[in-house]
Amino acid sequence: MIFKAETRSMKFVPFLISSAITILLIIAFNTRWGPVPPLGEFLSPQHGFWQNAEPIDKDFGQDLQLTGLKEPAEIYLDDRLVPHIFASNEDDAFYLQGYLHAKFRLWQMEFQTYAAAGRVSELIGPAGLNYDREKRRLGMGYAAEKAVAEIEKDPVSKAEADAYTAGVNAYISNIKESELPIEYKLLGYKPELWTNLKTALFLKFMSLDLAGYETDFEYTNLRSRLGYLTFNKMFPITQDSMDPVIPVDTFSRFPGITLKTPRGYDSSYLQNMDTTSVHSSKPDKDNGSNNWAISGIKTKSGSPILCNDPHLGLNLPSLWYEMQISCPSFNAYGATFPGAPGVIIGFNDSCAFGFTNAMRDVRDYYEISYKDDSRKEYWYNGQWVPTDFRFEHILLKDTAEYIDTVAYTVFGPVMYDKSFSGNKKTNNKYYAVRWKAHDPSNELMIFNGLDHAKNYSDYQQSIKWLHTPGQNVVFASKNGDIAITAQGEFPAKWKRQGDFVMPGTDSTYQWQGMIPQSENPFMYNPERGFVSSANQYPVNPLTYPYYLGGDYHNYRALTINHFLNQTNEIGIEDMMKLQLDTYNPFAGMAKPVLMKNIDTADMSPDESKYYDLLKDWDLHYDADGKGSSIFNIIWDSLKSVVWHDELESVGMPGFYPANSTLLEGILRDSAYEFLDDINTPEKETLRHDVNLAFKKAVLTCKNLEREGRLTWSKLRDTRVEHLAKIDAFSRHDIENGGGEYAINAVKKDHGPSWRMIVQLTKNTEAYGIYPGGQSGNPGSQYYDNFVDNWAAGKYYPLWMMAKDEETDKRVKAIIRVTKQ
Amino acid sequence: MLKYILSIIVTALLAFLSGIYMPWWGIAIAAFLVSAAIPQKPSFSFLSGFLGVFLLWEVLAWWIDNKNNGILSQKVASLFKLGNSSVLLIVITSIIGALVAGFAALAGSYLRRLIYPVPPAETV
Repeated sequence: MIFKAETRSMKFVPFLISSAITILLIIAFNTRWGPVPPLGEFLSPQHGFWQNAEPIDKDFGQDLQLTGLKEPAEIYLDDRLVPHIFASNEDDAFYLQGYLHAKFRLWQMEFQTYAAAGRVSELIGPAGLNYDREKRRLGMGYAAEKAVAEIEKDPVSKAEADAYTAGVNAYISNIKESELPIEYKLLGYKPELWTNLKTALFLKFMSLDLAGYETDFEYTNLRSRLGYLTFNKMFPITQDSMDPVIPVDTFSRFPGITLKTPRGYDSSYLQNMDTTSVHSSKPDKDNGSNNWAISGIKTKSGSPILCNDPHLGLNLPSLWYEMQISCPSFNAYGATFPGAPGVIIGFNDSCAFGFTNAMRDVRDYYEISYKDDSRKEYWYNGQWVPTDFRFEHILLKDTAEYIDTVAYTVFGPVMYDKSFSGNKKTNNKYYAVRWKAHDPSNELMIFNGLDHAKNYSDYQQSIKWLHTPGQNVVFASKNGDIAITAQGEFPAKWKRQGDFVMPGTDSTYQWQGMIPQSENPFMYNPERGFVSSANQYPVNPLTYPYYLGGDYHNYRALTINHFLNQTNEIGIEDMMKLQLDTYNPFAGMAKPVLMKNIDTADMSPDESKYYDLLKDWDLHYDADGKGSSIFNIIWDSLKSVVWHDELESVGMPGFYPANSTLLEGILRDSAYEFLDDINTPEKETLRHDVNLAFKKAVLTCKNLEREGRLTWSKLRDTRVEHLAKIDAFSRHDIENGGGEYAINAVKKDHGPSWRMIVQLTKNTEAYGIYPGGQSGNPGSQYYDNFVDNWAAGKYYPLWMMAKDEETDKRVKAIIRVTKQ
Repeated sequence: MLKYILSIIVTALLAFLSGIYMPWWGIAIAAFLVSAAIPQKPSFSFLSGFLGVFLLWEVLAWWIDNKNNGILSQKVASLFKLGNSSVLLIVITSIIGALVAGFAALAGSYLRRLIYPVPPAETV
């Protein structure tokens, strides 16, 4: 018996071992190992990433039944996969827009709201904590909650947002796991249902990108260490070469708000010596754009032309998604934001509209005096005032949650304190942030208004809704009107208010009100026959009754206005050429100074080689030329020769003055005071600094040339990166011309994100392109199919389809939607 | 030999069906059931489970990849540092499924032996 039992149990062994191996293999291949997704699930051809490999000949046509739809509707997908929605009411139109955004861009739209809300740690763990805390402490969620309340207060925007949200969720609720975008499979999470709050978070994300730039802490350090007088010379509030958006005074000479400068601000603010160790992260300072509208008197067709190219971070999937939305109450075509309803930059049957960033400073800091470390009470207007606390629960992937307790004051949230400095340095001060995006506003209404607009007065009504981010809103209509408005709700500031950290112990340094919208600079059918903007000063900062603050770029506007002033009989090809123009006007002014001062005697062969290349350079950012690179390297070298001594003496977070400041300094005066190196007994001259800079630059050029990286497109190294920085899903080594100061402002990961030209003839003729593709799926041929044409400077005709064109050969697929 | 080929085909079919209704590890159940039902030497069971899913995944992945012109497989191959090789990615895909199925088939075969002991002549 014993013997028998033993053989029986022996027979179990192979079964147990093979079963155990099977189960272990399944567990191993069902588990995420660091960045490696569960291999069994990820590689299974019926479940994993193979399901995202979209057949080249995929038929996108289908009959779709959706619960939230009111009436049957059609979606026509054209040969570029641009959808043309034809719905019989507005709710259905926005519902289907939400559905399509989710169908083609689900991962991106959700990821962007995770980033906006400070929820990245949920996806990547503690590595995202610093990023998340910064977003929470800036009050992104707080601002979005206020925006939702505002959106839902208005029946029009509420209906629009609700319909959009329902449409997104109609897609999410029916998605099969195998159909999830590949990023979910790689990173290991699933989509949540969409909400109106997520739409608001997305809009706040754009506000942060466009109206979140500030330099308060760096300026505070620079002012305190260099003294206000020196600071003021290095960071002036105006510029010699400028051509404001509104070149003539159209604003009231009698401002609606009379500003009171705080008593004693000279000594307690301008001459203040406080420094700070805070490091604030910033959106790209070149988040800018070009737009212009030309009256029919200057065009070949006799009808207005409107152009816009917003310069933003270049990513895949793209920020933009092209579509046409048509219903009985409006018919609009253009670039939309996956994450928000409406057409953002585009045109309808009567007019066209576009945006550039207003660049104003609407984010300031106040130093708070707390009674003690508990942060329960702070000193304000002569008494201790209680703090409100907001508890930010940050979930960390796979582990516990982190609770960040953020103190809210009368100014806003205390963003930086002892527990958070933005970097690794310790910070013992309390800085509350006053950000315009915290104020209630309903930006959905501006897009709703513009999509419906029939004329100039509709435009005027619509743009009043735009508070933050402030934009230069350009407009043209078929009846011949053109207009531009520096629109937004901007704080009325006294000179230098908010450039430095301000005292927060009483109300004297608070914003004293908002500039009345009627005093926003605008221009309507000007005599010169065009309006334009390119992130330059909106008006002359010396005559506008309020301080502008902010950070402006004046060079692109010079090229644009020069062309538009000089040219008549303008056609669409001229506009394409202008948007793609690679002339560098900054170098146009700076190169002669360099050439005049570089000593050509006794040059080494290398020196004379690069000198000659610079001399022969035609001032254009050409993709395969070297002149642009050499100029930039010499200029950067000169900047460092001139400013490093001043900056070294600050010894804290700070930065170099603008290129324009140095250029204008040396153009005005060859004995510009900052040319002297304060660390040497000699008095350095322009000639000395230029030659020193040139010699250093030659070494850099030589090294780069040896590595094969001296040609401009190699040095600039433009790429269109995947939003989660997944290299394999990004496009690198894009070869095209353009650069920072050119109208075609292509930089490393930033540039014209949507080029659009609209000619408002009886039948609208429009062209556009963005560096991406309509599908957010890296496994689709439509993921990045516009990138090469964008780089080559090509455009696609934008087809405003009519309902009776169903049989047109451009229609590639039809989705017929009915109510379930 | 006939049983062997039959096992491979049935495993592939059942694994394919499991892929429609079950998570990816349904292939293990498919291979397990087939080898428990069709008596074979354990080594042959292992091979038929392995090959059944290897061939299924190979064909499916190849078919999908071919229709996709290799757009995605090249990106994923580069993500996994496989030097952009779609072929390598397809092979690795198939081997992972095949390993799971092979061992599941082995377990199924041993289970059968527990329930229906094999006459000594048949054991090798």
